[in-house]
Amino acid sequence: MRVIKDETVISAVEEMCIEANYNLCTDVKEAIEEGLETETSQTGRYVLAQIIQNAEIAARCKTPICQDTGMAVFFVEVGNQVLVEGLNLTEAINEGVRRGYKTGYLRKSIVEDPFFRNNTKDNTPAVIHYEFVYGDRIKMIFAPKGFGSENMSRLKMLKPSDGIEGMKDFVIETVAAAGPNPCPPVVVGVGVGGTMEKAALLAKKALTRPLTQKNPIEYLDRLEAELLRKINETGIGPGGLGGKTTALSVHINVYPTHIAGLPVAVNMNCHATRHAEVIL
Amino acid sequence: MVERKEQNMKNIISLHTPLTLHTIENLKCGDFVEITGTIYTARDAAHKAMVDLIRQDLPIPFDLKGQVIYYAGPCPAKPGQIIGSIGPTTSGRMDAYAPFLIERGLSGMIGKGSRNQHVVDAMVKHKCVYFGATGGAGALLAQCVKSAEVIAFEDLGTEAVRKLYVERFPILVVIDSRGNSMYK
Repeated sequence: MRVIKDETVISAVEEMCIEANYNLCTDVKEAIEEGLETETSQTGRYVLAQIIQNAEIAARCKTPICQDTGMAVFFVEVGNQVLVEGLNLTEAINEGVRRGYKTGYLRKSIVEDPFFRNNTKDNTPAVIHYEFVYGDRIKMIFAPKGFGSENMSRLKMLKPSDGIEGMKDFVIETVAAAGPNPCPPVVVGVGVGGTMEKAALLAKKALTRPLTQKNPIEYLDRLEAELLRKINETGIGPGGLGGKTTALSVHINVYPTHIAGLPVAVNMNCHATRHAEVIL
Repeated sequence: MVERKEQNMKNIISLHTPLTLHTIENLKCGDFVEITGTIYTARDAAHKAMVDLIRQDLPIPFDLKGQVIYYAGPCPAKPGQIIGSIGPTTSGRMDAYAPFLIERGLSGMIGKGSRNQHVVDAMVKHKCVYFGATGGAGALLAQCVKSAEVIAFEDLGTEAVRKLYVERFPILVVIDSRGNSMYK
């Protein structure tokens, strides 16, 4: 059994919080630059140029890309031959968030009770999803989630007879209804199957796939390209001010489901699609 | 005063706060603007607090006449920084409160995203403009902020009301005082 000190987890999380919030990932930056090359709307080009300039300033000045440094979401894969000494893994991750949001001068956006809304002042608790795998490593993906886009996400329990067409309609309807609010150009995560909460989780996880990586399932890859084309035909455009760069990418994840159901979740993400990854 | 100049293939209007009625009426949806002067930040919690004060006939932290509110909650400033990243938040969440402030003289709002009909009606009736800033451009927009001071509700942290002095802060007229909208 391999043993990892809690401090190793804490400092890795601290670093990821800062790195993901200061530096726009290359895949996203390239997709936005590509959008600027093809965008014909004047306001669309104005918005895309500002987004690119913003990323450059953030990296140079070591400051967050966006003031909404998000709720801290983690996807963690834990090997069966590794254990964390000291704080348990959940507590260690939360301690890393606490430190990272303080030392990185990131915004603390979390309120304790959803109705009474007192800020926890350290951006904890994080939302952590665990998966157990073979091996002696811990892999952590950190994806801070801003709520301008999170608020525009939707879930619907479709009927099996609604099929692929029903899913496509729901995705396009969701993006159209979101309009300018989620800070387009967006990345669209779609989760299909499982149960209600599994679909939502699949959609969230889909957002962590690099934009340069194709869907390994061939029919989904084709569907993603078709949905991206249709979303970009809506004319919402950068900032929702008109144009053809409404989405940078559509990612679909599927999972087995019940004979009676077809859950579909659409998780919207802004152009500041941030993630960092570490293997301990 | 509204002054139009040609820059980078587009007209950019230089505006100074407080806004005059003449300025407000001359702004048209789709206009590119750079704003200079004092603006105030307020978002969800500060709006709720200000409207609670108004309902109790108590004074609010600043005189609304001719003023511009920026829907934003910044990141903390690092040592040596004036302010952390400060991009716009989604304006729709302030729709429930905005008409109260517009009726009392608020002349401009800066945010991102759609507004409801109640807000647009109040804007037309009392002459107010809704500007859009680029969502997610917080690092860029922070560079236009030359001074920042918390003037109310300090306990709200990022949601406190801040008085900012901005220079050439880039925005677009999204809904003008006639109710014309870029989103339609």
